[in-house]
Amino acid sequence: MNKQLPVLTLKDFATDQEVRWCPGCGDYAILKTIQKLMPQLQRPRENQVFVSGIGCSSRFPYYMNTYGFHTIHGRAPAIATGIKLANPELDVWVVSGDGDGFSIGGNHMLHVIRRNVNLQILLFNNEIYGLTKGQYSPTSQPGTRSPSSPEGSTDSPLSPCAVALGSGGTFVARSIDTETKHLSAIATRGYAHDGAAFIEILQNCPIYNDGIFEQLKDKKQAPDFRVELAHGQPILFGQENEKGIHLNRESLSLEVIEVADNEDRILVHDEANKVQAQLLAAMAGPKFPVAVGVLYREDKTSFTENNRERIETARSKPGSLKELLHSGHTWEVS
Amino acid sequence: MELAEEKLGEHHLDEKEVVDVVVRFAGDSGDGMQLTGANFTEATALYGNDLSTFPDFPAEIRAPVGATFGVSAFQIYFGAEDVTTAGDALDVLVAMNPAALLTNIANLIDGGLIIADSGAFTAKNLTKAKYKNSPLEDGSLDAFRILSINISKQVLAAVEPFGLSHKAALRCKNMWTLGLVMWLFDRDRVPTIENLKAKFADMPEIADANVVALNAGHAYGETAELPAGIHLYKVPKAKVAPGTYRNVTGTTALAWGLIAGSELADINLLFASYPITPASNLLHEMVNRKQFRVNTFQAEDEIAAVCAATGASFAGSLGVTSSSGPGIALKQEGIALAAATELPLVIVNTQRGGPSTGLPTKTEQSDFNMALYGRHSDTPMPVIASTTSVDCFEVAIEAVRIATKYMTPVMLLSDGYLANAAEPWRIPDVDSLQPFPVSHHTDAKDFKPSLRDDKTLARVWAKPGTTGTEHRIGGIERNFETGDISYDPANHQKMTELRAAKIAGIADDIPLQEVCFGNDSGRLAVVGWGSTFGAIHQAVKRACGEGLDVSHIQVRYLSPLPSNLGELLRRFEAVLIPEMNTGQFIRLIRSEFLIDAEGVNKVAGQPFKIGEILAAIHKKLADLEAGESGSAS
Ligand SMILES: Cc1ncc(C[n+]2csc(CCOP(=O)(O)OP(=O)(O)O)c2C)c(N)n1
Ligand code: SF4
Ligand SMILES: [Mg+2]
Repeated sequence: MNKQLPVLTLKDFATDQEVRWCPGCGDYAILKTIQKLMPQLQRPRENQVFVSGIGCSSRFPYYMNTYGFHTIHGRAPAIATGIKLANPELDVWVVSGDGDGFSIGGNHMLHVIRRNVNLQILLFNNEIYGLTKGQYSPTSQPGTRSPSSPEGSTDSPLSPCAVALGSGGTFVARSIDTETKHLSAIATRGYAHDGAAFIEILQNCPIYNDGIFEQLKDKKQAPDFRVELAHGQPILFGQENEKGIHLNRESLSLEVIEVADNEDRILVHDEANKVQAQLLAAMAGPKFPVAVGVLYREDKTSFTENNRERIETARSKPGSLKELLHSGHTWEVS
Repeated sequence: MELAEEKLGEHHLDEKEVVDVVVRFAGDSGDGMQLTGANFTEATALYGNDLSTFPDFPAEIRAPVGATFGVSAFQIYFGAEDVTTAGDALDVLVAMNPAALLTNIANLIDGGLIIADSGAFTAKNLTKAKYKNSPLEDGSLDAFRILSINISKQVLAAVEPFGLSHKAALRCKNMWTLGLVMWLFDRDRVPTIENLKAKFADMPEIADANVVALNAGHAYGETAELPAGIHLYKVPKAKVAPGTYRNVTGTTALAWGLIAGSELADINLLFASYPITPASNLLHEMVNRKQFRVNTFQAEDEIAAVCAATGASFAGSLGVTSSSGPGIALKQEGIALAAATELPLVIVNTQRGGPSTGLPTKTEQSDFNMALYGRHSDTPMPVIASTTSVDCFEVAIEAVRIATKYMTPVMLLSDGYLANAAEPWRIPDVDSLQPFPVSHHTDAKDFKPSLRDDKTLARVWAKPGTTGTEHRIGGIERNFETGDISYDPANHQKMTELRAAKIAGIADDIPLQEVCFGNDSGRLAVVGWGSTFGAIHQAVKRACGEGLDVSHIQVRYLSPLPSNLGELLRRFEAVLIPEMNTGQFIRLIRSEFLIDAEGVNKVAGQPFKIGEILAAIHKKLADLEAGESGSAS
């Protein structure tokens, strides 16, 4: 049965709620991109569900004219899992922050990825706790000065994509808040992925952590500081694509090399290579450009599919309550 | 009130016919005592006695052989009259080794019977139980009847033809012993034989060896020259209502109640849980019930479990989560989210001894306060408690009914005793259960997530996937009119009052409190909740038998309380409240009704004994008496 879908536009996915992010916040750009993407997915609006935890980023569902659940800090992956178990037909998106997803909710994040629950996870990484007024987060660079680290933080940060890969992620990608086209393309691929699609979005917080991704976003500097991955393509970057990434097979590490006379030594991106994906996920300045794009993708039966199968098998013969109550040993008293 | 105990006099093994008997099978974790007890229970139910059982496990999974902390026991109380506890003192103690004897002997009545495997009373095992000499031989057990048999030797001889290894052969010891106890009380061995054949279907020689051991134990009773005073006992059949019966533990009854609830509500159910003793068995039971409208999820922790359940409820199913004290503590933030967003949710708390890990395999009722007051902020939530293993079925249905009708989380309190204790259950006619179908809102016209039922005050339930009712909900305070987020002070006041009024209103939708035994006014009411039912019932019955003016009231609905409870309690001169905690429910009763109730409190990891409640009744009545004569002089 193919229901004729009404033709929807970006406007149909915007709510009447006043958006309350700070002016210039990267979250605006992400919201626009996702609202714009929605009609292109060609799915009934009522099937879209946005679930978030707590944080500036987690206000997202209030602004999406779909079903939405703004839950509690760190737990959106667990709530989304419950929604998928109750109704696997729904398209469920998780919106989380670096604190929400990797501090208080780190446990749920790793398990939802490990289980390969069929969700799109948008992780807004601004390397700071925005909502609580700017304390350092588990992704903050060492030395981040914040109200709770006035002398500069000393904790080592984690890389969300590296953790997602380490958790057994089957779709791990990175994009940038204001790179509308790139983000939209990545989200579209994530949506098509049958399993947990983990997408880290580098997001600027102009209030508490302004400009940390500036080199990756600034048109002039970006070519030197970021590299866009494409499956089957050599990994090149620089103003003239004059630099490339080389895999040193002796030391199992990456190196930046000049492309000239070295074409055959440039690493070709292979989305199916997990070890390579880990190396690429870890690339960071100043020595390396930051990799954006799909780092890794694999086909693996999703949690949702496994669950559907188990339920279908169990219900091939529906249970009878009467039989259940009378199962095993019974006796009559007259 | 100081806990004292009265010895109940009528248990004795001198007569050929006894009204009721308490038997305890005790041995090493590996001795198969639980299986022995379960088979004896089945035979006893078939015989026609009323019964109640109490499996008592050690916390250690595989304690060293012979260790006192590795003793596993199964207690059964059966008789000709209604049996509601697993019994105070033991009439018969089966001790498979010295540790089992040591840890249980204090509970055996004078003149009680010890059946001991003398083959296991080796020097090594005696040392492990810190016995200097064998108590079977040094006269220290002279107050009891002793049947000391080298069961190990008897079994090895009986199963010799099967050529089993020494170790495998000795594993049949429990069946030999069961055979002997079955002879003692004239029980039928056929169901046990069938069970053994089914259990060891893949290993027919093991099945046969066990059957031979069972029969050999029985034959021993028939033919051996037994010490004076040990003979076959007759326990008359109980008068029970006609019907089809089965044995059921609280865990099973609760699981089946949830399934029945989902059918009556016409809704799918997601059971999400994280393992914890003694709640895990509920997960194990539910996992096998996916042929019903049940799905299950073993989450990564208790927080994830409550959240997944809440997510399922948002999506239109009923989320159910289950744990014990420490896990419930973790769930509280999630429960408050369900309360704030007004989604249905059932939380089962199978209480255990605490705080912290406490006594994980033992029972307690100390989560009452947490159930009522354990959440942040003003977050009222209905709380109901099951009183017996059988009652878990109805209470689970009731939890589903209230949660779905009022769009609220509901906490169901059970405990470690109810979860594991089995009792006969007259199987209800499922067609007679009253359906309460849930209807999800599908009307897109003027839809707002804040719509509510005028009468119940329940918020509307519109599930994702429905065209035209797209909406957002969340933890930020919601505007009363629109459901949109609102920081307005007056609105928060209104919403807080609304949430309280909605839960308070449930009092009009639950049965009035009844007196379960005795008159509905008078001198003394013994008021309990949860699993104290059995002991209170027996104690009050005995007190009434002595001509005392005592009544028993057992409260199922703890929040909100039945609307007539205060008025009912005021009709009694005095109120006694036994609880397996240091006095939690009593504070509610005292503050709510300004009644000078007195507590009887026990936190020993074991259920109340009938004699303990009876002693408290006698003391309270004596105090009342003394007070009266005091004021007269
Ligand atoms: C249980 C709990 N602990 C703490 C908080 C306070 N809190 C709210 S958001 C937040 C951090 C948010 O940081 P992040 O996830 O990075 O989101 P951002 O605001 O940066 O988008 C904290 C600590 C809370 N709401 N709940
Ligand atoms: S604090 Fe930062 S992240 Fe939060 S809304 Fe403002 S700019 Fe955005
Ligand atoms: Mg952040």
